Amino acid sequence: MPVEGANPRGGELIHLRQPSQPEPDAGPRRSDVDGWGRSQRVRDVFARLYEPLYRHWFRVEWEGLDKVPTDGGALLVANHAGAIPVDAPLLMHGIETELGRPVYGLADRLFRTLPVAGTIWARAGGVAAHPDNAYRLLHDERALTLDFPEGTKGTGKLFTERYQLQRFGRGGFVEIAMRAGVPVVPIAVMGSEETMPTIARFEAAARLLGVPYVPLTANMLLLGPLGLFTPFPAKIRFRVLDPVRFDVKPDQPRYPKGRVHTEAEAIRAALQQALNDMLAARQSVWLG
Amino acid sequence: MTGRAERPQRILVTGVGSYWGGSVAQALESDPDVEAVIGVDTSEPTIPLERTEFFRTDESFSTLGDVVAATDVDTVVHAALAVDSTRMADQRLHENNVIGTLNLLAALSQDGSSVGGVVVKSSALVYGAGPRDPYFFDEDARRSTRPRTRIERTLLEVESQLRDFVEERPEVRVAVLRFGDVVGNRGHTPLGRALTLPAVPQILGFDPLLQFVEQTDVVRALLFATGRRLSGAYNVAADGRLPWSELITLAGRVPMFLPPLFTGVALGPLAQAHVLDLPLEVRQVLRYGRGLDNRRLKAAGYTYRYTTSEAVLAQSQVRRKSSRRSVHSSEVRA
Repeated sequence: MPVEGANPRGGELIHLRQPSQPEPDAGPRRSDVDGWGRSQRVRDVFARLYEPLYRHWFRVEWEGLDKVPTDGGALLVANHAGAIPVDAPLLMHGIETELGRPVYGLADRLFRTLPVAGTIWARAGGVAAHPDNAYRLLHDERALTLDFPEGTKGTGKLFTERYQLQRFGRGGFVEIAMRAGVPVVPIAVMGSEETMPTIARFEAAARLLGVPYVPLTANMLLLGPLGLFTPFPAKIRFRVLDPVRFDVKPDQPRYPKGRVHTEAEAIRAALQQALNDMLAARQSVWLG
Repeated sequence: MTGRAERPQRILVTGVGSYWGGSVAQALESDPDVEAVIGVDTSEPTIPLERTEFFRTDESFSTLGDVVAATDVDTVVHAALAVDSTRMADQRLHENNVIGTLNLLAALSQDGSSVGGVVVKSSALVYGAGPRDPYFFDEDARRSTRPRTRIERTLLEVESQLRDFVEERPEVRVAVLRFGDVVGNRGHTPLGRALTLPAVPQILGFDPLLQFVEQTDVVRALLFATGRRLSGAYNVAADGRLPWSELITLAGRVPMFLPPLFTGVALGPLAQAHVLDLPLEVRQVLRYGRGLDNRRLKAAGYTYRYTTSEAVLAQSQVRRKSSRRSVHSSEVRA
């Protein structure tokens, strides 16, 4: 972490100013790719591709979109589902088009190792989930950052476990938000589980390929290999919960583990409660 | 540290035969407050020097103790570390970097040494490059990958020697400057040089974000750390982390695509024919990129002349322009 008073042996250094905002390259540029690899132009292309899916295929509806901060950093956390999840691109597309703010999506570093796909992922706003990356985005660049604390445990789970939140890692997302001094904004996602339900998992194949899971999905059973690219048109609802602010001093070297865990569990419980309510109110998977 | 001059006055520069050491010595010469400049290297300086006293040494600086004792230096700029493995065989890397620094530190530890400050020119190679890395390394970051090349191991060993030295001799200030990839017509690292090739290597499907530093900014940073008597570790890389494809365009070149799998195997014959040598530590950067948090040195008061894009553009335009910006003596007191 770039901490204040950074000189470890002190004394000699006079800190005239501590630039907390990293400076972009003011020189001649040929592209609009930023220091994270995101390109607004690429996002605009994606927006055109995604808009019909967003409006007509998934018919996304928001509840409490006004709770997403219109300025300053905020850590958006959501439940994660579907073998090849559509929740991340839909949330990013939705917030970027409805609020006009860029969203950086934290994801498994596996993406960085993929030729072509990894580059497109980065240009579209994907960032490897590293605590230093999250801190810099939230604190220094005051950006909206999307995280799925369940990670691949959420997307890899079987259809029989749908809408049951998995463990939230070790609560690292809470600690980052505390350190960066930003709120956590939980978002409950309904419908994502039905877009690509996992019927079975092949553990040996996953180990062999070095990926988190190799699923057999309902989409693949119905459509064959095409099922990999075809999520079912389930009705998607997003419910934004009240932002959680932590009453702690930012930029501490560490925060009490117990407190972090308690806060993470409270956010997890609130999300689970919201999912249960939305499930109870849902009349049809396809119509919502 | 009693009775020492406020400003460095008698300065020893290692690696004075190289562009880096030579340029530092040249700038120090024009500073009237600098009483003596002492240069050591295995070969004569290539940069024209006027009043620098030159001492020839073997490649591991085994005679440095005598030089330090005889010349009564108060500051050392250690610019002799090799950071480009394509320019030095593995065995010599070890002699030059590890044993060379060992002998330097031994010279500074001997009784009667009057050296109060050391500035070391190190490299961002100590961070490595891999998919688990943060996008911007700060000076306290640990590398996520195991060092697999000799150059990385020697530089890490040098930094560990320096940490031990700081513990043993807390009264001596040690500043370690970790430079990113360098572009320039005189001084450069393999990726900076790659941008001057007619077709620039790029791994197919990867477009990593890279950060460069211009050659004169490297020299200025060394002078700044010397004049400001800094201690601790500092990253030195210009603002701006740009896609490799964009840097190739800025340099006015076209890409030459390398296969994403078996990249090293594909490059083997080219390296043997001395057409293009991209060692592993460089190929990793071409795959994953590397970013440096440059705010600590800026907070200390250093200002860069070039951003990453300006630095790459300057290198590609330098052939047409004969007049180049040179480092001025006032940089020492910046």
